[in-house]
Amino acid sequence: MSASLRAATSVPPERALWRRRLTDWADNERVLGYLLVGPVVLLLIGLVAYPFFVAVGYALSDRTLADEGEFIGLENFYNLFENQIYRQTLGNTLIFTAGSVTMRLVFGVGLALILNEAFRFRRLVRSAVLLPWIVPTVLGTMAWLWMFNPNFSVINWVLVHSGLMAQGPNWLTDPDLALFSVTLVNAWRGTPFMAITVLAGLQSIPSELYDSSAIDGASKFQRFRHITLPLVMPVLLTALVLSIIWTFSDFGIVYGLTKGGPMNATHVLATLSYQAGLASGNIGEGAAISLTMLPILFVLILWQLRRIRRMNIA
Amino acid sequence: MSAPMPTGVAYGRHPVAERWLFLYVPLGFALVFLVGPFYWMLITALKSDSELYDGTKSPLYVARPTLDHFVFLLTKTDFITWIGNTMLVASLSTAIALLMGVPAGYALARLRFRGSELIGTAIFVTYLVPTTLLFIPMVEVMARLHLDDSIWALVVVYPTFLVPFVTWLMSGYFRTTPSELEDCARIDGLTRLGAMIRIAIPLAKPGILSAAIFSFTLSWNEFIYALTLVTASSERTIPVGVLVQLTRADFYFWGPLMAGALLGSVPVALVYSFFVNHYTSGLTAGAVKG
Repeated sequence: MSASLRAATSVPPERALWRRRLTDWADNERVLGYLLVGPVVLLLIGLVAYPFFVAVGYALSDRTLADEGEFIGLENFYNLFENQIYRQTLGNTLIFTAGSVTMRLVFGVGLALILNEAFRFRRLVRSAVLLPWIVPTVLGTMAWLWMFNPNFSVINWVLVHSGLMAQGPNWLTDPDLALFSVTLVNAWRGTPFMAITVLAGLQSIPSELYDSSAIDGASKFQRFRHITLPLVMPVLLTALVLSIIWTFSDFGIVYGLTKGGPMNATHVLATLSYQAGLASGNIGEGAAISLTMLPILFVLILWQLRRIRRMNIA
Repeated sequence: MSAPMPTGVAYGRHPVAERWLFLYVPLGFALVFLVGPFYWMLITALKSDSELYDGTKSPLYVARPTLDHFVFLLTKTDFITWIGNTMLVASLSTAIALLMGVPAGYALARLRFRGSELIGTAIFVTYLVPTTLLFIPMVEVMARLHLDDSIWALVVVYPTFLVPFVTWLMSGYFRTTPSELEDCARIDGLTRLGAMIRIAIPLAKPGILSAAIFSFTLSWNEFIYALTLVTASSERTIPVGVLVQLTRADFYFWGPLMAGALLGSVPVALVYSFFVNHYTSGLTAGAVKG
């Protein structure tokens, strides 16, 4: 209040009135709240909610790049579930997600435990292992594409020259192996995030807990099981949910490595939706494919929301 | 047995052996797996074509390093244009994201107004919604805004995923910082808005820096919108340009491709290595905070 009073004494009355009004707004929690949040809400309505409803409209139509199309109800969705390629893609996506997230979890937690130890050049190593997460996904993926090259694969060169194999595998052209290869690259990219998040969780554990349990004679495994794991769990679960969402909807790695091939063996929902919707021009079908991600995403997001609510209350 | 005593781990009867088994060996594997591809990128970019495709030599090192591929990349492709485009898009969308997200984050953390909780939840949900859900309609929406085939489309679209992220990160940040200083400033005559601008935001600089680094790298790395909203080579960003122009049909320019991947990665690697502590603390704050 004192600010508006002071303003009122120093300027002519009609301008003072305006200034006081402005000051009142700038001091009113409700007005200010809406003013500050408003632009964000408008942006999200205009460029997230609106496109989302446009996508729903497309998915219910037979629109193509050339033709506006007509409303056809749920036909796109019925067709998809009859479609062999779509069903294979859905399976691929689930394997890709489960495989990558499992690898991220195992490598990431292991790496976090290692990086929490004291050793020389630890700072340098901690920065270096973040690289796959930092650099543009598609550019990192190009290095793997070259390492998986049928003729000049460095991985195969090492495998053959160390005598482990007579001939290197066809990482990306063998349909049975290709899905594993793209999953591995996805795990490569995601492991640093898991590791650094879990590491932060580890560092927040007070060392007195370990000291007193050592006095009580707890073994290394017991300490991991009863101190480390429960205390790291909230952070770990958050990193896990985010990793599942990101992997489930990933586009760049599969697009960069195989574009869904060979024979659709590595198509995931995002790449198939691009393939059908934009590359082949069947907008309606493409939109429908990407919308089938929703149910799983919805469950994950809801779960994460509830966890955060509970954490905030606690 | 003078191995340094690590924190929190008691060593058994064979401390040196255990240290190798549980620390150095797995660490070595992790480094080869995580950093190896970058080494491979570097030496490929430095090899001459004759050395690159010579199956008789060991591929693991460079015999005669050359900058030919970098020269090719910078003179025979649009790489320099792509760098400019990517810089422009990343800087502008980061600026927009901060201008909108920081005040909104402040409002959600500090101000009480009806619907704030609902808005906060909605913003969080949009942060979790992946871009692969919306790229098809976005092509049409951008065409309606007459932004098709222009990098300005990306400047408009990137804030859609940056702003929710910045808002969420900053509201978490403001919640962990005490509000007493702002209260004092208001007693001394500042309005709430004044207290936010003069007290809260300057104090939140570390959080804002993390948000800026994140937004910049997220925009720099973005792929699917850059691929689908922009098709002219002169309007492309680095990831799309490198992928599309250097991999044609089934023929790949491996040397320039790796040189491009390297140069396209350097700026973000530099940004983050300068601010690595901010980065990691921001990363975890962003991942953990509600």
